[in-house]
Amino acid sequence: MSPLARRRLGRAALNAAGVVVFLFAVFPVYWMVTTAFKPNDQIFTTSFIPFPSPPSMDHISRVFTKGVAGHSIWQYLFNSTLVALSAVVLGAVFALLAATAVARFRFRFRTSFLILLLIVQMVPAEALLIPLFTMVKRLGLYDQLLGLIIINVGLTLPFSVWMLRTFVAAVPKELEEASWIDGAGRFTTFWRVLFPLVAPGLVATSIFAFITTWNEFVYALTLIGDQGKYTMPVALQFFVGQRSTDWGGIMAASTLMTIPVLVFFLLVQRRMVSGLVAGAVKG
Amino acid sequence: MTHSSTLARGGADTSAPSRRSRKRARRPGLSPKAVPYVLLLPGFLVIAVLLLYPLYQMVEMSFHKVGLRQIKAVNPAPAEFIGWDNYSQILDSDLFWSSLRNTVLFAVVTVALTLILGTLVGLLLNKLGPKMSTFVIVGIMAAWATPPTAQAIVWKWLFDSDSGIVNWTLNLLPDWLSNLLFGRADWSGHPWFNDTLTLYFVLIVAVVWASFPFIAVSVLAGLKSIPSELYEAAKMDGSGAVRTFRRITLPLLKPVFSVLVVLSIIWDFKVFTQLYLLAGGTVNRDAFNLSLWSYAEAFSSPPKMGLGAAIAVVLTVILLLITFVYVRQIVKTEDDIR
Repeated sequence: MSPLARRRLGRAALNAAGVVVFLFAVFPVYWMVTTAFKPNDQIFTTSFIPFPSPPSMDHISRVFTKGVAGHSIWQYLFNSTLVALSAVVLGAVFALLAATAVARFRFRFRTSFLILLLIVQMVPAEALLIPLFTMVKRLGLYDQLLGLIIINVGLTLPFSVWMLRTFVAAVPKELEEASWIDGAGRFTTFWRVLFPLVAPGLVATSIFAFITTWNEFVYALTLIGDQGKYTMPVALQFFVGQRSTDWGGIMAASTLMTIPVLVFFLLVQRRMVSGLVAGAVKG
Repeated sequence: MTHSSTLARGGADTSAPSRRSRKRARRPGLSPKAVPYVLLLPGFLVIAVLLLYPLYQMVEMSFHKVGLRQIKAVNPAPAEFIGWDNYSQILDSDLFWSSLRNTVLFAVVTVALTLILGTLVGLLLNKLGPKMSTFVIVGIMAAWATPPTAQAIVWKWLFDSDSGIVNWTLNLLPDWLSNLLFGRADWSGHPWFNDTLTLYFVLIVAVVWASFPFIAVSVLAGLKSIPSELYEAAKMDGSGAVRTFRRITLPLLKPVFSVLVVLSIIWDFKVFTQLYLLAGGTVNRDAFNLSLWSYAEAFSSPPKMGLGAAIAVVLTVILLLITFVYVRQIVKTEDDIR
């Protein structure tokens, strides 16, 4: 075989491997979406139906009108959005202040605080469930979305600070110094100089916190008992019955729940990797 | 530059005789030294109240008997101190060994598979042309972005006994081959979720599917950061592909790998959502791992919060020991932390 032919063959093999990886990754998602659009006789079948023919909107419209556990899916989407947005906005304020402190100042306990951040991130959220449950119960926040919001601020904050501090550190100090020399005060410098430059990083961090909160399952399951206050992840499991599962409905709801995450993911994918691997990947 | 900050410097130039700075000197405000602490305070309080205090409380509860009467919102009864009883109860329970085994085996298998698959895909992405690699990255992003609840549900559907596509595919195999491989030819109606072993098989597939993209993209980022001159030099010196990989790529990716390994171990050790959904809640006690067992003791009736907390302590201690390695690696590589 000539070297050129061999190189072409090698390229073809690599591309084929790429296609296999793509199919393995995408197929379950494809199957979720197509099942959502299949009428029941194409779902509960022992034959292979690769594509809904014709596509049916039955399940999608049913989860909105009839819903599950006595409420339309609108209610759960609303609860999820409310919890995630509130937690993100609150968390962003705390994270921005703390990130500015560790990225812009050298002070005693700075290293201790950073190490504390790393360690608390690693404490499993599932382990803190029991003490936080009793705390929420004592404060009278059981069954309230407010309780869930507060918990999610706590769960996402350490990572948000960790990620955001690299964005703050990336803003050249000279800009703030220039602003000082021009006579701007501390607050003006922060608000008019630092904040606009950190904003893209703040968006990326907030999207990450949004996804974490949107997906959160254990706390939503244990801290909420009232069905009208369920978030999407918890509501999903009520499509699963004792004897049979409403696969069309659950796939429609799962698809609706996945879409916002997927969109956000494509937006911040690059930054998320750098945040998670922290200093280990340079560049 | 290490011991200066914008604001401290700003404070310092108040001595300059310009009108503006004299004006600023008179302005009431925080001393520059206090500023970082004030900025840090709200975030620190959130972490202290929502993470550190519960951590302490978890340990305390693990030495107490905490039931329904102790967690009432109004007039809770004081919890009875029982010393190490919860821990000895854990060690005596058959569930401890089965759930520890499930936790550890699942983590070992899943971490190994995720890292191998993720690294291979990362290397592949690095070799592919720009269009093809974008195409594959967008594809694996779909798996990565699927919320854990949806992951579990989709895989449950793929492995459904009657209408699942996996059983349909297995039925396509010629009977002799299927018999040879699995000892059965007919897969119609085969249940995957009744038996702990096959349940964990599906769980492993689902978790590997969802977590290899992160490894792949991280490895790709690591590979991209290796200067191409190194490879050119290796080529000039007549180094082959395998040797270049072992002598250049691997050592340079080592810090990335050590972080990825520890993060994966931590994520897979405490897997909860997917297991909870695939196992159908807490009915199947054989399928418990440590986090599901802790949850089951604390939140089924009658609730045994103290026992659940003790199990959570065991899980946390294991994880913190592993985390120690991670923290050390980060502190070592990130000079900015000190």
